[in-house]
Amino acid sequence: MITVNNRDKLDWQAGMTVSDVLKRMKYDYSLISVYIDEKYIPEEEYNSRAVPDKSSIQVIHLAHGG
Amino acid sequence: MRINVEDIFIRNVPGTRERLIKCRAGIAGCGGLGSNIAVTLVRAGIGELIIADYDRVELSNLNRQYYFLEDVGRLKTEALTDILHRINPQVKITTITEKLNPDNIGEFFSGVDIMVEAFDQGENKKWLINRWSGINNDIPLVCGSGVAGFGKSDELRTVKVGKHYYCGDQSSDMKEGLCPARVAIVANMQANMVIEILMKGKM
Repeated sequence: MITVNNRDKLDWQAGMTVSDVLKRMKYDYSLISVYIDEKYIPEEEYNSRAVPDKSSIQVIHLAHGG
Repeated sequence: MRINVEDIFIRNVPGTRERLIKCRAGIAGCGGLGSNIAVTLVRAGIGELIIADYDRVELSNLNRQYYFLEDVGRLKTEALTDILHRINPQVKITTITEKLNPDNIGEFFSGVDIMVEAFDQGENKKWLINRWSGINNDIPLVCGSGVAGFGKSDELRTVKVGKHYYCGDQSSDMKEGLCPARVAIVANMQANMVIEILMKGKM
């Protein structure tokens, strides 16, 4: 089991990547920051970075405006 | 008028000026977020700011950015430096008027104790966060995300992830229009977070 944004729970699967988590959560917006257990994950690694079981994933939405 | 600059800060929280005067903060962007953040940090007693923006002040900025009619047409970094020095003539301000990019940001902001993201476009926020993570993993980064619209103050929050902090509602988009109250609230949430981080363990 992994936790997304301290709120949603997802079943963990071996080999699961950041991209898989984003797909499962239906996050298709590209302006985001992603963290695994508070470590920042560059976008180039979304397809390859494995998400460990019991990890906490944070997805932050970067909204326009300032 | 002869003044003692330290008298500016006699109503500040005891101990904060003594700490903040030794600190240097970087601010990327001098628009609605950055100009308001800079003013608050100077009033709080920060010793040094590095401020970056390549843009000039336009009339349409005056609804939310800390500029005045007579600043229209001036470089934002120059206008803001004057405004900050009218509050505290001794605060050290370094200005950068080149357009920031992933290749120059590390050099321009080297030596900061804390970094503030104050861009308006999400794409720019994204590359800054990505690049800052790669070069300055240990230096805190305070970002703004979701400042548009009016009201809904209770939806504004600060989310901490490692050494990164995100202030705003993370959803409102500037297509809805920008209300000065909400932009200034988020700017001050960012400034408040900067102060809190810099004061950690110092009182």
